[in-house]
Amino acid sequence: MAAPNAQLNKAFHFRGSSTRYGLSKGRLVTAPHRTAPQSIDDTLALLASADYLADRSLATVLFLALRMGRPIFLEGEAGVGKTEIAKVLSATLGRRLIRLQCYEGLDVAAAVYEWNYAAQMIAIRLAEAEGGVDRDRLGHDVFSEKFLIKRPLLQALEPDPAGAPVLLIDELDRTDEAFEAFLLEVLADFQITIPELGTVKAAHPPIVVITSNRTREIHDALKRRCLYHWVGYPNAERELAIVRAKVPGIAKRLSLEVVHFVQALRRQDLFKSPGVAETLDWATALSELDAVALDPATVSDTLGVLLKYQDDIARIEGSRAKELIEGLRAELRAAE
Amino acid sequence: MTAPAGEEREGRLAENIVYFARALHTAGIPVGPGSVLDALEAVKAAGVGEREDFYWTLHAVFVKKHEHSVLFDQAFKIFFRKRGYLDQLMAMMLPQAQSVPQKPQAGSSRIQEALFSGVKDQLKQEEREIVIDSRLTVSDREVLQAKDFAQMSAAEIAQAKEAIRRMVLSLDEVRTRRLAPARRGHAVDMRRTLRASMKAGGALIDLKYRGPKTRLPPIVALLDISGSMGEYTRLFLHFLHAVTDARKRVHSFLFGTRLTNVTRALRAKDPDEALAAVSASVADWSGGTRIATSLAAFNKQWARRVLTQGAIVLLITDGLERDPDDRLAFEIDRLHRSCRRLIWLNPLLRFEGFAPKARGVQAMLPHVDEFRPVHNLRSMEELCRALSSERAGQGDPTAWLRKVA
Repeated sequence: MAAPNAQLNKAFHFRGSSTRYGLSKGRLVTAPHRTAPQSIDDTLALLASADYLADRSLATVLFLALRMGRPIFLEGEAGVGKTEIAKVLSATLGRRLIRLQCYEGLDVAAAVYEWNYAAQMIAIRLAEAEGGVDRDRLGHDVFSEKFLIKRPLLQALEPDPAGAPVLLIDELDRTDEAFEAFLLEVLADFQITIPELGTVKAAHPPIVVITSNRTREIHDALKRRCLYHWVGYPNAERELAIVRAKVPGIAKRLSLEVVHFVQALRRQDLFKSPGVAETLDWATALSELDAVALDPATVSDTLGVLLKYQDDIARIEGSRAKELIEGLRAELRAAE
Repeated sequence: MTAPAGEEREGRLAENIVYFARALHTAGIPVGPGSVLDALEAVKAAGVGEREDFYWTLHAVFVKKHEHSVLFDQAFKIFFRKRGYLDQLMAMMLPQAQSVPQKPQAGSSRIQEALFSGVKDQLKQEEREIVIDSRLTVSDREVLQAKDFAQMSAAEIAQAKEAIRRMVLSLDEVRTRRLAPARRGHAVDMRRTLRASMKAGGALIDLKYRGPKTRLPPIVALLDISGSMGEYTRLFLHFLHAVTDARKRVHSFLFGTRLTNVTRALRAKDPDEALAAVSASVADWSGGTRIATSLAAFNKQWARRVLTQGAIVLLITDGLERDPDDRLAFEIDRLHRSCRRLIWLNPLLRFEGFAPKARGVQAMLPHVDEFRPVHNLRSMEELCRALSSERAGQGDPTAWLRKVA
């Protein structure tokens, strides 16, 4: 049985590592393992070290979640940095990030574990070829850990030398109630039962971050087990700091105007207000275009980066954009 | 600091948190004993330092919904400013608190009276008689079936309510992307196949299959409660209550001049209790209709939260818009594009000569998938059947327009 095993391990390894979320796209570099923060100020500093500028309320919730070993439930509009929190936690604490992206129809085979059927078949054929098949033994062998393909939830319960991993359950509202119900067991006891194998329990519970865009209400039973936080849009001051941290080399005046323009947009009656992610995209876009300040023509041309609905774009484009720019300039002059 | 003093302080803190939790509970934030314990643990973990940190610590534990943030904020500000503010706090923020005996607000009592007094008593009496009468004869039922809701007497309304309660929404099914074991599925269920073949020692491989799973789609009802719909609203509310009772995901909204979400209120098991709760939460009974404004509010605030996973929208209105303009067509188009099926139920359709003259009706018709009458029990039953299957063509607005023309 040696040959198939080697193959198996390879396959297993490959699948295991594919869910390891790469941080390569950001500028975050995994820091050496460090202990959880000791106070709220400590948490703020920790997040800031990875360029995540959180407000105090969010830092409080994170600190408590780490301290109390509770999952964090983050709700908010798209693009306010909910997912980013998990990435930053993993990077700053030096933990592995395991991400489970939810979608409609997500089932146990994709979220928790699956048996490696091909390998099981081969094992059975080999056992037959050798002759003298002991049915009970074979059954036991075939449903053992080496034939198990671990999916994100199960991986999150495994011991890790770097400390318990960060488990990101992203956009939970996309999946259905049945999966939520399944999560209850996992989040309450950090254990998973595999009928053929027994119960797997985490020695150290993972840091769980759940996000939702609120396209439907998540059941109260699940929320009760978590610390809840609504991630809102940042105020102008903090958004400016975020833009300057994330878009290095942006002109000072441009960043100021970009942020105030976006803040003004959020006060308009739009179908979808731009999030922080859109602000950053827009700031980068304008910076690439070598703009040093906003002008109505450029704003109208690049509005698609900020607004994603045609009706919203049509409403703001042209004269409205001009008014907004004039308004924010007057505001900025008054503030000086 | 000596030990006893510290202990005492901790005791006081715990006491305060318990009181605070109770105040939150009365204010309508669901706070259980579990979260009180959590709060104590959290406060111990974070330490009682600055006021802001304390605020967010309690917020993290007690608030589980974005809407509750406002209530929490008010409660916190008042409670932790001065002692003895508790009673005042409760009196101030609790129009919906049922457990605290208090003077009902002037407005709500008036609405309640206008809606239910007299009628309710009358209904109760009549109902009793009906019970003694036992069952209706077949012909009685026939007559009742075809009778317009608007022309019913109180007794008949009571019977209609009974009939509505008995109406069963048969299973309307939508295919999901989830697979379940099936006799004749399209995918091989490897897990079951392998387990079955293990029983035979691996000699036989008997294939097992999986097929797509189906489930009921969510229903979102938008009910017009303006004056022109007056005779119908109450029965439709009963209908919505029956539907809410039978199905898992039903969201109900009422609109006249503004939009009110009454999903929670309709969840009460008893229909009278549910309707009382609904009437208490609505401020614009029997007023004018601003369909466009209400739909805009729905599209903006709720559409993305309730119209997921293939929702069906029931729009119950006569389409008589108070101030018709282009916005109505725009908003109904957006609503149509964000749901799986938009069904317009119009009680006015009962009149033979009903022609889409009103501008509101004209604006809305091109954007609905189905257009059907609901004015008597039969049409309501037909609706239930229509909700149960994907029979396209029936109630098709274009077919109806051709017939009228």
